[in-house]
Amino acid sequence: MRRRADSARRSDAFFLFCVYAAAAFFVVIVAALFVMLTKGSWLSLQTFGLKFLWTSEWNPVNNTFGALPLIFGTVVSSLIAIVLAGLVGILAATFLADFAPRWMARPLSFTIELLAAVPSVVYGLWGLFVLAPLIRSYIGPALQKTLGFLPLFQGPIYGVGLLTAGIILAIMILPTVTAISRDVIAAIPEDQREAGMSLGATKWETIRSVVLPAARTGIFGALILALGRAVGETIAVTMVIGNRPVISASLFAPSYTLASVIANEFTEATSDLYLSALIELGLLLFVVSFLINAMARLMMWTVFRDK
Amino acid sequence: MDFAPHAVTALMGPSGCGKTTLLRCLNRIHEILPKARVEGKVSLDGEDVYDSGISAIELRRRVGMVFQRANPFPTMSIAGNVTAGLLSDVPNSARAQIVEKALRGAALWDEVKDKLNQPGTSLSGGQQQRLCIARALAVEPEVLLMDEPTSSLDPISTASVEDLMESLAKEYTIVVVTHNMQQAARVSNYSAFMLSGEDGIGHLIEMSETRQMFTKPTDPRTEDYITGRFG
Repeated sequence: MRRRADSARRSDAFFLFCVYAAAAFFVVIVAALFVMLTKGSWLSLQTFGLKFLWTSEWNPVNNTFGALPLIFGTVVSSLIAIVLAGLVGILAATFLADFAPRWMARPLSFTIELLAAVPSVVYGLWGLFVLAPLIRSYIGPALQKTLGFLPLFQGPIYGVGLLTAGIILAIMILPTVTAISRDVIAAIPEDQREAGMSLGATKWETIRSVVLPAARTGIFGALILALGRAVGETIAVTMVIGNRPVISASLFAPSYTLASVIANEFTEATSDLYLSALIELGLLLFVVSFLINAMARLMMWTVFRDK
Repeated sequence: MDFAPHAVTALMGPSGCGKTTLLRCLNRIHEILPKARVEGKVSLDGEDVYDSGISAIELRRRVGMVFQRANPFPTMSIAGNVTAGLLSDVPNSARAQIVEKALRGAALWDEVKDKLNQPGTSLSGGQQQRLCIARALAVEPEVLLMDEPTSSLDPISTASVEDLMESLAKEYTIVVVTHNMQQAARVSNYSAFMLSGEDGIGHLIEMSETRQMFTKPTDPRTEDYITGRFG
């Protein structure tokens, strides 16, 4: 009996050690990543200081590195994506949670989640060979004709550029927005809907004034989480954004993002400072993504904590 | 069954006998559930409410409802909750008056008049339930359906809601579902006793004036129930 108890205790302790170690692994990875990025970008941090964030010359030839155009490209392409994906995603989520009959909701949800499983390079290919030509020959000219008075839609249309990247990103983050918003909307108690309907509200009025307001924090959380993905997305954006570190008012103009610069240029980073500047871009992305994700989790937590 | 105007009718019976379902058919809120199906006829002022010419939306403005659990809208203020059911063409100038009238009607005005802009969910459970009553009253219905309105309230809040039901009966026709017999005896003028039969379907066993039902019920099953022999 005694021996059995001893060996049981030992295997229990070993198992305990394994689960703790596996969990600790993640913390170690995150910390190691942060330390590595900070160390690697030290030279650049020292050379440029905060100026790195708001100077706009990215010129490897004379070793001047300012990340502003890349920050601009990242922010604008992500914003386009979040606006487009937000509109479509919230409507689709409303449909799935409140309108779709079950036989339709399941396959539709499955299809939407399938969209998330497509490798991003495939989106990049589609964007480059289908979407970019469409924008160059049809969508761009149409926008210019109707909304051309806005600086956003002026200038030459290359096909590749901010708008194309934003649309590709929107499609890529749509599953995140839709799936989470659907869960949030479905989590609003049925008695809220009944309360609305019992006052003589139509279904649309109930959704607009009762359900969506009650779900707004969670939906906002979904948007923020999707934003985190958009900010960090690399390969598809690199393929369609045009890769030029310039700031332009036009959405048709080519641009560049933090992630694309790293992907494109690390092989040719010949000087130490160049490499260090690229790693600092990585650090920037890391910190921003971390903050965005933390914010999203916090918001989602406020919705689901009562459940 | 007939629901007498300006009186409280209690629907009672053990769990699962179909009281709530019956109540939910009266304002057609039952319809919003998938696979719900209705047979028979419900008339309001002589009109069949399931007639294709009657819209459920309009009907529900005439037949208000209060639910088992207080369900104020969490994103709206106290005043906002009360006006939630008003049509958008009600001018803002009229709204303050409607809020006061409805909250007075629900015996809540004195407790909340200084904090109308605070969230409805900041109130206590009993106050929230009265807020929901005020919300239903603001639409000026003819009939008020109450689905076990006090089952999640403490005794003091229960008493205040019961008092409220009595005073509301002067202006409204009230149908209240309860499985609390004492409550039915206290607040209602008429009572209906329901029981689910062998077939799993709820049946109306007896309906009469409350006093009569509690003193000399005609059906032995009613007697068994109110004397506590089952249920």
